[in-house]
Amino acid sequence: MEATAVKKYTYKDFVSDQEVRWCPGCDDYVILNSMQKALPEMGVEKENVVFVSGIGCSSRFPYYMNTYGVHSIHGRAPGIASGVKLANPDLSVWIITGDGDAMAIGGNHFIHVLRRNIDLNIVLFNNEIYGLTKGQFSPTSLVGQKTKSSPYGNTQPPFSPGELALGANARFYARIGGNNPKAMTQIFIEAHRFKGTSLIEVLQNCVIFNDGCYTDVTDKEVKDDKQIYLEHGKPMIFGKNSEKGLVLKGLKLEVVTIGENGITEKDILIHDAKEQDPTMHQMLIRLEYPLATGIIRAFDDVTLEEREDELTKKIKANSKYKKTDDLFFSGETYEVKAP
Amino acid sequence: MSIESLTKESRTLKPEELQAVVIRFVGDSGDGMQLTGTQFSDTSAMFGNDIATFPNYPSEIRAPQGSLYGVSGFQVHIGSVEVSTPGDSVDLLVAMNPAALKTNLYALKPGHTIIVDKDAFTKKNLEKAFYETNPLEDGSLEGYRVIEVDMSTLTKETLKDVAGLDNKAITRSKNMFALGMVYWMYNRSTDHTVDFFNKKFKNKPELVEANTKVLNAGFYFAETLELIPNSFTVSPAKMKPGTYRIIMGNTATAWGLLAASEKSGLELFLGSYPITPATDILHELVKHKHFGVKAFQAEDEIAGICSAIGASFAGDLAITTTSGPGLALKGEALGLTMMIELPLVVINVQRGGPSTGLPTKTEQSDLLQAMYGRSGESPVIVIAAGTPADCFNFAYEAARLALEHMTPVVLLTDGYIANGSAPWKIQSVVDMPEIKNRKVTKATENWHPYNRDPKTLSRDWAVPGTPGLEHRVGGLEKDSITGDVNYVPENHQVMTNTRAEKIKRVQDNIPNLKVEYAQEGDLLVVGWGGTYGTLHSAVKEFTDQGHKNVGFAHFNYINPMPKNTEEVFKKFKKIIVCELNSGQFAFVLRANFGQFNFHQINKVQGLPFSNDELIQKFKQIL
Repeated sequence: MEATAVKKYTYKDFVSDQEVRWCPGCDDYVILNSMQKALPEMGVEKENVVFVSGIGCSSRFPYYMNTYGVHSIHGRAPGIASGVKLANPDLSVWIITGDGDAMAIGGNHFIHVLRRNIDLNIVLFNNEIYGLTKGQFSPTSLVGQKTKSSPYGNTQPPFSPGELALGANARFYARIGGNNPKAMTQIFIEAHRFKGTSLIEVLQNCVIFNDGCYTDVTDKEVKDDKQIYLEHGKPMIFGKNSEKGLVLKGLKLEVVTIGENGITEKDILIHDAKEQDPTMHQMLIRLEYPLATGIIRAFDDVTLEEREDELTKKIKANSKYKKTDDLFFSGETYEVKAP
Repeated sequence: MSIESLTKESRTLKPEELQAVVIRFVGDSGDGMQLTGTQFSDTSAMFGNDIATFPNYPSEIRAPQGSLYGVSGFQVHIGSVEVSTPGDSVDLLVAMNPAALKTNLYALKPGHTIIVDKDAFTKKNLEKAFYETNPLEDGSLEGYRVIEVDMSTLTKETLKDVAGLDNKAITRSKNMFALGMVYWMYNRSTDHTVDFFNKKFKNKPELVEANTKVLNAGFYFAETLELIPNSFTVSPAKMKPGTYRIIMGNTATAWGLLAASEKSGLELFLGSYPITPATDILHELVKHKHFGVKAFQAEDEIAGICSAIGASFAGDLAITTTSGPGLALKGEALGLTMMIELPLVVINVQRGGPSTGLPTKTEQSDLLQAMYGRSGESPVIVIAAGTPADCFNFAYEAARLALEHMTPVVLLTDGYIANGSAPWKIQSVVDMPEIKNRKVTKATENWHPYNRDPKTLSRDWAVPGTPGLEHRVGGLEKDSITGDVNYVPENHQVMTNTRAEKIKRVQDNIPNLKVEYAQEGDLLVVGWGGTYGTLHSAVKEFTDQGHKNVGFAHFNYINPMPKNTEEVFKKFKKIIVCELNSGQFAFVLRANFGQFNFHQINKVQGLPFSNDELIQKFKQIL
């Protein structure tokens, strides 16, 4: 198995010779470093890794990775990545995208790539703003948010990437703060191991155009109290002293304190990321307090390439056509003889 | 007359010999006219005739019965001489209802024959076709030979004893009655069609019986009917010896790609989105998983080409197929492919434009879009197929040029040749030209992704999975040596020039322009792409009329054009460019060969040229 393969690479093997040109202090550096640290742990050969991006700040990412890569056009990375993977299923293929790239111009491709479940990994840099075009509102910007294209406040309600993904039948969805490299690295490794399309939403701070947009949940001082880091098979417990937990009350999740009102750890919900039914995953995604992070959903399903492969093998085994000649000269042909 | 009274030996007439015949079968979209026409064509081809066919059907799937816009037709031209078009005017019109008669009578030659299903000329159907009086009764068809047959009644009578048939099945087989009649008239055997029934309805013996009975009933009816004075025959044509089959342009395109995949040893990947009239290529390629074909129906045109770009990056022979509006959507991705210099075949089966235009009609109006429809200076190879069978060779050629020159190639076909069919002398892959590719498999010192072949300027193709050649490509301008992102002004100039020069050098890898008929003289008729058949036939007729000073040069290579183009143009006093648009190729020619004066013949009606209109214009210009 890949997970137990001998580690032959270090972080440095995945650093390209290109100078990184993001703004100082951008979370994009954290994501890049986390990826470069995760790759040696995946047990995948360097030449078998492909990064495909669209357009936007995040989409410069492939240039900085010493692997194969395509910096493509706005919103279209899912199409290109799908072609790469279907052409060669042995590759580990990563899509690097942002909130505008994935959900505005590339919205159609985003939902369809999730529905098909090709074994691809999508890293969505969500900073709730357009950075590269210098500060317009994006499909995840909040109502009222003042941006260059909404000087009096944004009037367009946002998407929730996780809910959109579940609606498109995503099998794997994770969410993580852009300032949490340790967990991010682990999630990247898990996403690579997961067979099917995995979507990792990174809450990425844009220091220039939307600085502090996640501060109230991701800052070191508050994150343990404001976030719950979910792990499959473990109780949904959070808080600085692990004193809080989630229970189901009616059709809603409720925060309880362990030790109060007779609540014990046994009453706390156990996280089941592998459940097919997305209802609980959706409730977790919608939760405002605490904000759910970690791998929220990881439902094992047949991939598109597995289906295609099975079909192709069956058809090849039963077909009378081995070469094109067999096809061209089959059926209704006729001879014209020399006079 | 009752059906039982018809016998096989009622009449024995010596059939009259004809050189060529054009027959058009027309009826309601549900009347099975495509099948009827195809059966007649296949039977004639197997008999040894040269053939050309063209279906003409509405874009509505099941238009209201009896309506004018619901008429579906199939035209076939058979000959003992070379046949290069489905024919302009018709020798025999088979019309299954009033709407079909009304919309097609214009094409029938004066004095020629119409067969109608008289039963369909009801008050209701006449109203739907906006006939105030019945044309069979009001004398308006004087000047034609009209054969009125109670086809529906005779079909019902024929099938009264066949068990297991519902009314619908009975009504639907009346097209076979018409086909049987036409088989007798043109001295054709019904055997091929009976074989077809046996295969098609393998598990429905009642349908085999019913269709065979009706077909034979039509055949015997025609033989007995005194209204049909004579039968005709068209002898086998002189064709190159070999094994043939009838092939539709779109099928030939798909097969050309299969052949290129086998020859190049690369797996075939198709990324596509359904669009008329290109979808049949997708339909055909999805069938061939046994050859390892990966056909991916994407969520839209853009994802169609993008998945193909991904497959090309990963080392497959990558294809995307579309028609005009789809090519517009693919424009940005095509520009990326040009920029990152990957092999890709883009097939545009042109239809009537602009916008949604006339989806089921033909036109050549995407030439400039193919040439220039991208941001920035973005040269690609543009080639065009000339005939249905030609689609095989040019699909193969598109793949060969894309792989050898590391560039996207746009192959233009059109609705006319894509849906038309003709005999194809089957080509084995063994006999097809070699296809090289630029794959590099080993890391060498100082390797860069934009390392170029000094002769062709095409770059190396290092695919993921190859150790030591990890690299990044993208839409940003590249350093001319390392391939890294580079915004330096001089470098951009170098790269712009290199991309243009690379396409220009394709000239060394394509054949010279051929001239047919006069090699020099007063008039050179110039065409490109899917008009080959109509232009060839018109120039031939014009030459036969005594104009021996007229040459014909047809372009399959548009960008770049063959090296000898200027030499050819020099040999004629006048040049006339004929195309199914308002002068797009003439525009390109003027831009490249400003020293010549180009006359034009243009038509934008969704229809092919006719011989007569071409010849008339040749005369005016000469």
